[in-house]
Amino acid sequence: MTKRNTEYDFTWCPGCGDFGVRRALQVALEAYSVEHEEPQSKTVVVAGIGCSGNMVHLVEGDQPFGIHGIHGRTLPIAFGVKMGRPDLNTVIVAGDGDFLSIGAEHIGPAANRNVDITAVIMDNGVYGLTKGQSSPTTEFGAVTPSTPHGKIETPMSPLKHYMSVGVTYIASYYSSKPRQLAKIIQEAMNHRGFSIVHVQSPCTTYNDTYDLLKGKPKEGIQGLAFEIPEDHDPTSAQAAVDLLDRPGIPLGVVFRQEGQSMQDRYEGLQAQAPKRTNQEILDSYVLQT
Amino acid sequence: MDKHDFVIRFAGEGGQGLVTSADALARAAAHAGYFVQTHSTFPSQIMGGPASSQVRISTTPVLSSGDGVDVLVALNQYAYDHHCDDLNEGAVTVYNAEEYSLPEGGQYFGIKADELAKSTGNARAANMVTIGAVVNLIDFNLDEIDEFIKQRFTRGRPGDEEIIVANIEAVRLGVEVAKTSGFTVGQMSPPIPHDGEQVIITGNAALSLGAMAAGLNFYAGYPISPATSILIWMEQNLWGEGRFVHQVSSEIEAINAILGAGFAGKKAMSATAGPGFSLMSEGLGLAWMAEIPLVVANVQRGGPATGLPTKSEQSDLFTCMHPAHGDIRMPVLAPGSVEECFYAGALAVNWAERYQGPVIILSEFGLSERGENIAKPNLDEISTESRAVVNEGDTGKRYDSWDGTTPLPGMPVPGGPGAYVANGSEHDEIGDTTHLPRHHVRLMERRFRKLDLLDGAHYEIENADAEVIIMPWGSSKGPAREAYDRLRERGENVGWLYSVALHPLPGDIKDALNLADKIIVPELNYLGQWSALLRQDGYRAESITQYTGLPFRPSDLVKLIGERIGVRVTA
Repeated sequence: MTKRNTEYDFTWCPGCGDFGVRRALQVALEAYSVEHEEPQSKTVVVAGIGCSGNMVHLVEGDQPFGIHGIHGRTLPIAFGVKMGRPDLNTVIVAGDGDFLSIGAEHIGPAANRNVDITAVIMDNGVYGLTKGQSSPTTEFGAVTPSTPHGKIETPMSPLKHYMSVGVTYIASYYSSKPRQLAKIIQEAMNHRGFSIVHVQSPCTTYNDTYDLLKGKPKEGIQGLAFEIPEDHDPTSAQAAVDLLDRPGIPLGVVFRQEGQSMQDRYEGLQAQAPKRTNQEILDSYVLQT
Repeated sequence: MDKHDFVIRFAGEGGQGLVTSADALARAAAHAGYFVQTHSTFPSQIMGGPASSQVRISTTPVLSSGDGVDVLVALNQYAYDHHCDDLNEGAVTVYNAEEYSLPEGGQYFGIKADELAKSTGNARAANMVTIGAVVNLIDFNLDEIDEFIKQRFTRGRPGDEEIIVANIEAVRLGVEVAKTSGFTVGQMSPPIPHDGEQVIITGNAALSLGAMAAGLNFYAGYPISPATSILIWMEQNLWGEGRFVHQVSSEIEAINAILGAGFAGKKAMSATAGPGFSLMSEGLGLAWMAEIPLVVANVQRGGPATGLPTKSEQSDLFTCMHPAHGDIRMPVLAPGSVEECFYAGALAVNWAERYQGPVIILSEFGLSERGENIAKPNLDEISTESRAVVNEGDTGKRYDSWDGTTPLPGMPVPGGPGAYVANGSEHDEIGDTTHLPRHHVRLMERRFRKLDLLDGAHYEIENADAEVIIMPWGSSKGPAREAYDRLRERGENVGWLYSVALHPLPGDIKDALNLADKIIVPELNYLGQWSALLRQDGYRAESITQYTGLPFRPSDLVKLIGERIGVRVTA
């Protein structure tokens, strides 16, 4: 919305990975809108707190609705939107600090419910907006302002975590190829159930991992990122677990499981639940005389 | 001796059917045309532990759990020892002779309820034996008990008839034991006929039904005493097209889920108690800041921390008014009776829609599970307000300035026109973050100005020109009202103010407060929270506090208020 508000002063640092993710999200939202013949106002973007959450204000063109709420609480807010209004396409944008640290408690319940939400997570391995503290995905031993003598925790493995709690669509990508990333986000939005697109989105100010991810091919240095082999079967949990045991950052769809979303299950309950009018409920309390 | 008011208390251990006994007696009495109110106290555990449940039966509407006990049924020695101080003059105790005995010569007699029940062929009818003894002591019409038993056990099952016969027989056996003892505590006056249909319902059920009557269609909650029964009620009833109910994983999830739903156009609510309410603080701040309609019911227990999960206290008023950081004062509706729980539930939903923001219902343990017979609400008279929405062609923005002279502009609904960002950061007209002074000023004023839209809650003003005004809130209304009535009967010049809405206060109440020289606030907390808030607003208020975990006794209030107004009264 930046063009409509000249007073708005937030932007990302030059080269920030979030620019690429924004491009991908816009393309995906437009494509989803065309595919489903719905205006973008039928999408709600629920944003976390941090650099990546500001995405919700920076989407250009046709505008979705947005909520820029509370640190760590994108999932329960999105849950309320989706179960209140199942017709809305509900998308989360959040960072590794928001989603995996303060908000980590909500991932398991969202997976168990298989609530039909797509989370686009921008992982830069650092708290950027508060200026460079360590996050759950920061490397062991890393020196940051909040770990001046080295980080004492091992980094968490987000993709393995998602697998272990039962997320039914897991993709991993990086911010450098927005067009390909857009296709994955669109596919995730079409997945019936809880989908996470976990994106490596480097912070050029505090944790510039571009070279680490992509390597330096001219100098013969291999990057961490690797394309998922074409013969990988994302519908196989075992194949996904094996893939995640490989070192490095896979690019593509790691796991996909078709099944009933929470909304599907809820419709089943609705069909059998007793439906009494308010008057019938009130009458059940009437004193028998 | 004719009496129009009796308190019967069953004391023993949790799991001994104490609540069932009090409830059965309450229903039988309500069925006979009396007014009833139950009150229970029990430890926070599934089974066992000292517990009691009582019913007050009266020919006129029951305002409180009363002063003392007229009939005590004490199922073990501990129960007798801990309740005998509450006995009124002339009271009689029925003790469990299978468990213990009391020395000769007191106002009591023993009963072997289990043994007598077995002789009827139905070992489960022991509480009916006890009820038989009780009804004989108060000379209650036995036909009414028989009729109640017939209705309760006519369930269309093969064994119904046998169970009915055994239970009626059990009552007779209890009656005989009481007759043989020779004791009586007086004769229950016949009921005074009253007009209109009645319902017998608890505070939590009434609150839930009220919210649903105003169109509630989204509920997310987490189990916590004493609010759990609202979640259970919703899980049983909030079904049907466009409705959603779910037990989520924490109160943090609950508040954020109803935020999302409220934003998306639903009438959303959660209910909790102190600890859960504390977890909801940040979410309530967002609802205030981003102007999202939702309702949170805080059914108070004793606090702080885990506190007293199953006791009565009114100590969450400060936190309900100001749950989150920053400049906030929430709308708070605090019902004072089961009937008011129903209307507060409905009004809270309407208020949230009307002013596009969060509303707190401040209920209490003392109201939550207490059963009361009340006039049956007329659902056709319950208004169902829905927020103004933005339509195609409207030029206004979501967060435009608002001076209060025009209707509050509509809220865009996802899928419709007027896309914006509901933002917890200070924002501009469409919800983009800005920290420019002019936006903070104009939106701060908008958020507080909207409170002026909130009226329509029940209030009471009597003898407002008296020098001393009694102004209770919440469940202390009942005992305070009894105390007020007794003081008036004695000719004391005291006045009465009462408002279900604690914020914003009705204009008439503010006018009366302004004129009062001395406002006495009976409240169940240590700090004197309501009087402190009244003094903050410039009113001359002081508290009478009690922090025992138990409700006020009217006789105590008569004495304490008497002290404040310089008259010596013995209750």
